[in-house]
Amino acid sequence: MATGAQHEVEVILMKQVASYLATPVLVVDPTGDLVYFNEPAEKLLGRRYEETGAMPASEWSTLFTPVDEHGDPIPTSGLATIHALEERQPAHREMWITGYDGVTHHISVTAFPLVGQNDRHLGAVAIFWEHS
Amino acid sequence: MRLRFWGTRGSLPTPGPATARYGGNTSCVEIATDRDDHVVILDAGTGIRALGEALPADVARVDLLLGHLHMDHIVGLGFFAGFYREDLEVHVWGPGSTTLDLQHRLSRYLSPPLFPVRLRELPCRLVVHDVPLGEFELPGLRANAALVCHPGPTVGYRLDDGHSTLAYMSDHEPALGVERFPDAPEWTSGYDIARDVDVLIHDAQYDDPEYRDHVGWGHSAIGHTLAFARLARVRHLVCFHHDPGHNDQRLDIIYARPEIREQPFALTVARDGAALDVDAVPAEV
Repeated sequence: MATGAQHEVEVILMKQVASYLATPVLVVDPTGDLVYFNEPAEKLLGRRYEETGAMPASEWSTLFTPVDEHGDPIPTSGLATIHALEERQPAHREMWITGYDGVTHHISVTAFPLVGQNDRHLGAVAIFWEHS
Repeated sequence: MRLRFWGTRGSLPTPGPATARYGGNTSCVEIATDRDDHVVILDAGTGIRALGEALPADVARVDLLLGHLHMDHIVGLGFFAGFYREDLEVHVWGPGSTTLDLQHRLSRYLSPPLFPVRLRELPCRLVVHDVPLGEFELPGLRANAALVCHPGPTVGYRLDDGHSTLAYMSDHEPALGVERFPDAPEWTSGYDIARDVDVLIHDAQYDDPEYRDHVGWGHSAIGHTLAFARLARVRHLVCFHHDPGHNDQRLDIIYARPEIREQPFALTVARDGAALDVDAVPAEV
């Protein structure tokens, strides 16, 4: 139902799985808004989901100032999550991010589109992996 | 909308003297509307056999809404007398899967060796619809379907006849994986289907202590059902899909508890043969 009050059940279940995982996970809706990130992702971003709530793409993509291996900023369109969302294909890339806490992390991001029953485009999921 | 419950038991038919009062037939609910020639049926458990026998001859169209295809919800299909009436138009609605449409999914049951009559051989004028996820029209009714939390493709239904609203989620586990249930409405499976309805027919399979051993099986603890109904601000909750292990005495004991009885909505424990007028549900309970 498109009332906007409730997320689709696939997104709800994705959030519930993510809330149990030890790896950082971000869930975005079809417009790119960040609708959920789990506790390990909170640690990486330096922000708590309970404080931020949902965020538009223009806001969350700048939260952690992503840069590539040369130190050049990665535009929003270059993020694996946005690629998975817009191209509806899985995507993977390495990057360096500096969270709200000022700490720089070297991470790999794997993102995949969320496609529901009847080919409904429900958003994308990104899994972050921090290199030690 | 006027409801008659022909089957209220979950999972498995449970006949016998110990379940004689609440009944042992699996899910089947009849909805009569303002149109005498039209009937809506929710699910085709064993209760649909007796419903078919009682179906008036002047009914010209039946819409059968299947929430999902677990056996207890379709086992009665081949025994529905309406399927064998050439003058009857029968529309079957239900979820397809990601690889098969509803017609093919149902044909797996309605074909040998599981059943002697094939779906395509039924004499009625049969139309099988993959239920749209969202709004669709039935005669005199606005219907909505949405996927809900239960193993395999499963939908909840919301029906609106312009006077009153009914939601049906016979098999639903909205508390799955939620640390503190109920979560916010936007993160609660089934909320959009159930919110502010006059009558909610909802899964109430387990007594709360039993749920701990059945997490992920797709059903609700009664405490979760009550919390879900409060979150959705329903006016009348019908607890449905009773566990096969809950005989009449057990159901009486469970639903006599003050913490279950005292709710901000009317509460009915579904019983085979019972009737309920959705339009008669008071605005304030």
